[in-house]
This record gives sequence, C-alpha cells and structure tokens, in this order.
Amino acid sequence: MSTVALTHAPGQSRAVPRLLIGLAFALTAIFVVAPLAFIFWRAFAEGWAVYLKNIADPLVLHAIWLTTLVAVIVVPVNIAFGIAVAWAIARFRFPGRKLLMVLIEIPFSISPIIAGICYLLLYGRQGLLGPWLAAHDLKVMFALPGIVLVTMFVTAPFVVREVLPLMQAQGSEQEQAAVTLGARGWQVFSRVTLPNIRWALLYGAVLCTARAVGEFGGVSVVSGSIRGQTNTLPLQIELMFNDLNTTGAFAAASTLTVIALVVLVVKAALESRR
Amino acid sequence: MSIVIEHMTKSFDGTAVLRGIDLTIESGELVALLGPSGSGKTTLLKIIAGLEWPNSGRLAVHGADWLHLAAQDRRIGFVFQHYALFPHMSVRDNIAFGLSVRPRAQRPGKAVIAAKVDQLLEFLQIAHLGDRYPAQLSGGQRQRVALGRALAIEPTVLLLDEPFGALDAAVRRDLRAWLRQVHDETGSTTIFVTHDQEEAFELADRVVVMGEGRIEQIGNADQIHDHPASPFVARFMGATIELPVMLQAGRAEAQGLDPSRLPRRALPDGPATLFLRPADVTPLADPAGRWQVAHRTSNGALLRLELTDGTGQFGIDLPRRAPEAQGLVPGARVNLRPEAGTIFPGPRALASQAATAAFPRKEKSL
Repeated sequence: MSTVALTHAPGQSRAVPRLLIGLAFALTAIFVVAPLAFIFWRAFAEGWAVYLKNIADPLVLHAIWLTTLVAVIVVPVNIAFGIAVAWAIARFRFPGRKLLMVLIEIPFSISPIIAGICYLLLYGRQGLLGPWLAAHDLKVMFALPGIVLVTMFVTAPFVVREVLPLMQAQGSEQEQAAVTLGARGWQVFSRVTLPNIRWALLYGAVLCTARAVGEFGGVSVVSGSIRGQTNTLPLQIELMFNDLNTTGAFAAASTLTVIALVVLVVKAALESRR
Repeated sequence: MSIVIEHMTKSFDGTAVLRGIDLTIESGELVALLGPSGSGKTTLLKIIAGLEWPNSGRLAVHGADWLHLAAQDRRIGFVFQHYALFPHMSVRDNIAFGLSVRPRAQRPGKAVIAAKVDQLLEFLQIAHLGDRYPAQLSGGQRQRVALGRALAIEPTVLLLDEPFGALDAAVRRDLRAWLRQVHDETGSTTIFVTHDQEEAFELADRVVVMGEGRIEQIGNADQIHDHPASPFVARFMGATIELPVMLQAGRAEAQGLDPSRLPRRALPDGPATLFLRPADVTPLADPAGRWQVAHRTSNGALLRLELTDGTGQFGIDLPRRAPEAQGLVPGARVNLRPEAGTIFPGPRALASQAATAAFPRKEKSL
C-alpha cells in the first residue's frame, strides 16, 4: 500500500486546473489591473507637481465636491427606500407585491442613458412637467436636482437587493418575539430588525456609493455639463480628455479610482465580517 | 389566569384552519394542544398570543376581552419552536429585552433588571452562560434562554410552540421534567403545542387532541388512550388496524374474530368498525384461520407479524417469547382475539371519514 498523500484523484491530470487558474490570473491582469495601473502611471507621468496642480484645478475641485454632494444625498435616501421596500416585500402579502419586486430591478436592466432621456423628457423645458416647473421657477434639468434624481434612479436597487434576501431568509419570528415581549414598532425595528440586517445594509450602501460616484451615462444627459457648475467628476474627466488635457484627465481619473478602491476595500472588509 | 375560547374560527386564503373551537383553561393549568401538522394547534396558540387574529369567536382571559388587546399589551410569554433568540444580543440582553423595552415610567432600573436576569439565569440553571451569544449555545441551552426571556416579563400566560421539537431525545426528556418544574414553581397558566403524544401526556394536566381545525377530545392519557372519542383520535393514538364487524347485542362479531375479551357496548345492531392497536391483539393458531402470516420480523424483544386475509394486510406486535408466537411462521394461519379495542358504528368507509392521508400515522417506537 502506498502512503503517498493524494492531493488529486489518481489518473487525473493537474494540467487542466493549473491552466484555468493561470488563465484567470492572466485575464484579470490584462483587463483589470493593467488599465488601472496605466491610469496612475499616466497621472504621474509629468511628476507630482503637475499632478497636484491638475487636482487643485478649481474645476476639478468643484467636480469632486459636486460628486460627493450627490453621493451624500443619494445614498441615505436609497438606504431609507431600500429598507422600506425590503420590509414591505419580506413581511407583508399585498396585491402588486410581485410587480414591485420586478419594478425594483428595472434600473439594473435599463441603460442609464435611457433613464437620463426619460427624465429629460419629463422635467426638461419641452417636457411634460417643464412648463409647470418653469412657471414655479424650479430648475430640475441641467442642475443639481436632475443629477440627483437620475443617480437615484440608477442606484435604486442596490440596498434592496442586499437586504431583501436576508430579511426573507430570517423570517419574522424574532420580530414577533419582540412584540410578545412588549416592544413597540420602533423598538422592534431599531433593536431587532436593524441590527440583524446591518451588514447587508452597509454592504448595499457601499455598492450604492460606488455606483453613485461613478455614474456617467444618465448624468451626462441631464447635467448639461456646465463647467464649474453641473460637472460631476466622471463628466469632468471626459471633458478634460476631449480638451486633449490627457494628464489632467488621468489625474482626475486617479482620484475617482482611489475613491472606488477605498470603497472596494471597505466592501471586502464587510464581506469578511459577514 | 383562566382562558375562555368560544366559537373561534380562522381561515387563511379561504382554507379553514380553525372550524369552531370552544375551550376553557383554568388558572394554573398546564395544557397540551396535541395534533398532527395542519390541525390548527399552532394557529390557536398564535391567536392567544395576539400574533394572529381569528375570523370570528371570543377570547377572554380572566374576564378581559383579549381580541381588543394588542400582543404587546397581553403580557404573554411566547416560546418559539426555533427559539427566535436575538443573535446580536448576549444571553443576558436577550433575557432582559422584555424589561428594557418598557416605557420609561414602568421600566425597572438597570440594577433591578440585572438582578432579575441573574435570578432567572440561576433558576434556569444557565448561570454560567450569561455572557455568551445564542450562536455559541446548544439547542437545549437556547431553549432555556428562550424560556427565560419569556419568563422575565412575568407573563400571565406562558405559550410554547413545539418546545422540544428541535431537540434530540435525551435533552428532550430532561427539559420536559424541568419545564414541569418551572410551571409548578411560577404558577403560570401554560399551554404548549406538540405532535408528540408521549410528550403531551407526560407533561400536561389535560391534553386537547386537535384534528383538522376541531377539538376531537379533551382528557388525560388514560381517558384518551382507552376511550378515543372518534376514529380520528383512535388512529392518532396508534390504532392502525381497522376491521369491519357486525354488532349484535353490543358484541362485535366477524369471521375469525374472538370477541370474548371485549366488553359489550351499548350500541345499536348493525355494521361497525373495530379499531385495534397492533399490540392489543393475540393471534390464535388455527389451520382453518382467516388470516395467513405473510411476514415475520423481529427486533429481539418484539415480533411483528404481517397478516393478510386476501383483501387487506396489517401488522400485529407480540413478545417474541410469548407462547402464542411459537410456530407462527410465514404461511401459518391464525384467528385473532382482541384484548382491547374501540368500536365506532357504521361501516369502515363511514367511520374513517377523517382522511387517513391527512395525518402521519405515528408508529410506536419499540
């Protein structure tokens, strides 16, 4: 009898798994790592000084500020919306429940640019609500409200998608237990429901943030790309690129990438906690 | 606290789950709701708890109408089948939960709550587990914590849904005796739901047998065992043999059947059905007997003989060393002498209206 440790079934070649693993690494390197590395390489191509000057450009700073502002508005709203919808779907049976589940997924399946155009047709000057908005001196299109609305549309499913499966899997017994122990609605939510979904909620919020910060297609339709006013960071990058300010574009892109990488690290940390 | 339930009905999406329940439970009683799954016992328990509402009927506890009272205001202790402990709280915080969510004016001070929790941990024999989290506990320990959490609010009524269903046999036996002790010491009115007869009879003062949304019988172990009120109860209590007989002067007669051990019954003459438990039948070897032994299996102590008369087959149990058992090999012919049984008037088709398929027949474990 041989006592050699068998790490694989006898007669089966080790070549195939090795090939596949190698392929996975190679493809990741070519399609993901290389372009990212290239961004930083180009951003710093002309040295730190130029990089900092590019970042400190008032237009870039404004774009960073605007992007942050949009995320700060959109993410909390989406968290509230996500919890409300997940709660409704997971805990209650009502007519239209299935329809609601489908509707929530729509932003994932529709191209963001279509969302942008829909909003333009609805709120734009020639749009359905345009005359009414103009009469009340409300500016939605080519202004912050439009950008926020479109970003909300695009990011709407993230929190629900994370929280709903968890709430469905956990069922409502813990909440019922809390009720029999005398807890009121808000106590049940804050002391039982919320702690149970907190990691999924954070995870959804992180994904939502990443998307809100990086959103381009929908926002480009409704923002009007007014420099220093309605240009978010992705739009600013495109603009600089079109202006043939390649180094500047890459510098701005690198800040966006850093934001994305930070989010990614947070997400990975959250995943390991779950 | 006495509980009075009157004419209670409940249906889910048009399916009747409770079809008119009338039940009175005295203060301090320990009552089991026993029945197969789908009999409505858990629904009844949840209605008492305020987690479900009936379509019609009355629920009064100590004279107060509970159907106008939210679950939060009923002060019941409810123990869920799968415990429903709060996973993000320590054992201590789980038990303290009911006290800590009270409105500020009624909430005991932190020290009072902590003392109460200590006392309960001691009482539940889990004093060493106070700082653990539910995920770090065994099933039996979780059950104790769940009970502690329910007891902390000093409930007027204690309700338990399949309290031992998710535990293995040894732990189950332990906890059963312990729950009885808890009930006696707290003096609460306790209702628990189970599908396990042994558990129901061993633990409860009274057992309420439920089937398909109705109460089939209320009584103690002996009453229900010896005098099942309906074919449903007879089957549920393990009478798996149903023989068509003719009643004549109160005696059940059928070919191959020796009714000498069965008492005469005050029932009208005519077709009837005799319900028998496999262990309550003595086989009498007879070369011209009605039944033939088809199979013979043994578990060492008991023999199981499968008998057939060409139209139907059933199994009987007898001690392996019993004198009657000798020579009863496959092919041998026998008649039967029931030692105990229950007779319901009407041919078998009528007597067995309660759908046999609707409930799992529990074989007695040998």
